[in-house]
Amino acid sequence: MADSKPRTLFDKLWDSHVVERLPDGTCVLYIDRHLVHEVTSPQAFEGLRAAGRRVRRPDATLAVVDHNIPTTDRRAGIAEEESRIQVQTLENNVAAFGVPYIPVLDARQGIVHVIGPELGASLPGTTLVCGDSHTSTHGALGALAFGIGTSEVELVLATQTLLQKPAKNMCVRVDGALPAGCSAKDIALSIIGRIGTAGGTGCVIEYTGETIRALDMAGRMTVCNMTIEAGARAGLIAPDDTTIDYVRGRPLAPKGAAFEQAVAYWRTLPSDPGAHYDTTVALDAAAMAPMVTWGTNPEAVLPITGSVPDPQDEPDASKRALMRRMIEYMGLRPGQKLTDIKVDVVFIGSCTNSRIEDIRAVAGVVRGRRVAPGVRALLVPGSGLVKQQAEAEGLDRIVQEAGFEWREAGCSMCIGMNPDRLQPGERSASTSNRNFEGRQGPGGRTHLVSPAMAAAAAIAGHFADVRELL
Amino acid sequence: MQKFTTLSAIAAPLPMANVDTDKIYPGRFLKTIRRTGLGAYLFDGLRYDADGKERPDFVLNQEPYRHAQILIAHENFGCGSSREHAPWALLDFGIRCVIAPDFADIFFNNTFKNGVLPIRLPRAVCDTLMADARLGENARLIIDLERQVVVRPNGEEIRFEIDPFRKHLLLNGLDDIGQTLEHVAAIDRFEARQRQDRPWQPGISV
Repeated sequence: MADSKPRTLFDKLWDSHVVERLPDGTCVLYIDRHLVHEVTSPQAFEGLRAAGRRVRRPDATLAVVDHNIPTTDRRAGIAEEESRIQVQTLENNVAAFGVPYIPVLDARQGIVHVIGPELGASLPGTTLVCGDSHTSTHGALGALAFGIGTSEVELVLATQTLLQKPAKNMCVRVDGALPAGCSAKDIALSIIGRIGTAGGTGCVIEYTGETIRALDMAGRMTVCNMTIEAGARAGLIAPDDTTIDYVRGRPLAPKGAAFEQAVAYWRTLPSDPGAHYDTTVALDAAAMAPMVTWGTNPEAVLPITGSVPDPQDEPDASKRALMRRMIEYMGLRPGQKLTDIKVDVVFIGSCTNSRIEDIRAVAGVVRGRRVAPGVRALLVPGSGLVKQQAEAEGLDRIVQEAGFEWREAGCSMCIGMNPDRLQPGERSASTSNRNFEGRQGPGGRTHLVSPAMAAAAAIAGHFADVRELL
Repeated sequence: MQKFTTLSAIAAPLPMANVDTDKIYPGRFLKTIRRTGLGAYLFDGLRYDADGKERPDFVLNQEPYRHAQILIAHENFGCGSSREHAPWALLDFGIRCVIAPDFADIFFNNTFKNGVLPIRLPRAVCDTLMADARLGENARLIIDLERQVVVRPNGEEIRFEIDPFRKHLLLNGLDDIGQTLEHVAAIDRFEARQRQDRPWQPGISV
């Protein structure tokens, strides 16, 4: 491009995928990679079938089941009829349309946002979509990755493009040394606590700063995953050595000379000096603490040393009403210390926190300790390969000896679409991404935390400051 | 896709911020493989108690709002998941227009694909329209998309903004696939250029 104006990473990714710019600024945007799962695709394939259309690029598409499947032994199939039908529908569709598919009993099966990067299907410098809001995860590789609805899934299947206008550029800069006991999840929750659940609306957030640079790929994926909870369309982290080392050698990544050519291109992607951001927010990692959500959106979050806020202190009437409703739903009282809140269930898993690094963090906390009486603790690896790796490292034994259930890969209790769910009134410490009412099951009460904090809650039986267990 | 031109309808006030897509359409109902019939589960947790009985205090369980085709809410409507089941459920219930100070991006995008019009208006205007909506049966709002106005029961017109391309699609009931297929030659050229410039993107096979 002849344009010499300094550009952001987002600008470069966008510009390099514009097929055509319509007069009003809407772009036909090319999509390099399309990940497909069973929940948001049946109606899209049905639409293709009704119109007699084919999948334009099966070789740019990868399908897997994750939301519906049980995380216990799957060899007997899926007992729940509707779940079974949805999974079978995907299997019929991928066969009919020639789409690459990873079956349930394949060791590579797992949560779509875990297996994409793991297999090398998600690559820096690409555009990647999936009918799932947490597609923002893949932005950790320096890919423009975002969630779409089912109509757009159909559009991408049919045309390999989307009709979109560019987002605004937002920069979230995190500097400073992250204190012991804090992780990428605490960074993500701190950011959402600061900018709010709509803080990123209309924007793509690029995460920069020395703290972000110092994160490993799992941590970067956690931060980008939670971007959607700040309302942004996508999260991005510029590719660097950490990224390139991660991608190298993955089964679906380029090899040999092609890889070196790719690397040369990826090195051109970081934002130019002086590139314009519409908004910039800076955070100090050194001031961060392990975080716990107390309400029913991820913005309702506090450091573990805090207490449930008192609505009477909130001057805005509608915010006050919202706080009252959240506190009532969550079964808490104003002023209650977060460390006094007891948990019934601990869920470690989901596309946010189910990678090997997350499981290592959990094992580090629970090694030689026992889950508190009355607490049910689940550890659900993000993929079959993560599970294998954890077993090779002996982490499965450590967590099972502590009293955790060791499960098969899937979305599990994050979404309440499979047998893993909260009962009405049950309270969880969860490493997932959403604490909305009923998210983990009708009447369930979700507190979002990091894997280490979830492990600490499992041991203590209530929320606890993991820094005291290190 | 159903066209959207003008709508004269009962509006239901839902004075809540951050109405997320789990609230609009809970996850456990996502197992459907259809896009119709989803209205039965719309706002399930707000509409029904644990025994499945209607909660009389929820607006869509009250007359005349059972027949509402317009919904008015507070900030950040539709935040959360990308599930298009949320607009499908709204549409299946009969809602053709949602008015709020702002919307989450993916939900906002999804509504247009289904002939449902999301209108952004400042919070104070939303509150005024909610007060109108509370007057019930005789207080219909009129949405005129061509002229980009909401007409209050007292005749006052409130202008709203909308992307011209999206307006064109809605007014004519056009879908994205039809529009995009007009650019298929350009897509072919893009792919050919990309194979040359970025040959390092291998095809996926498993």
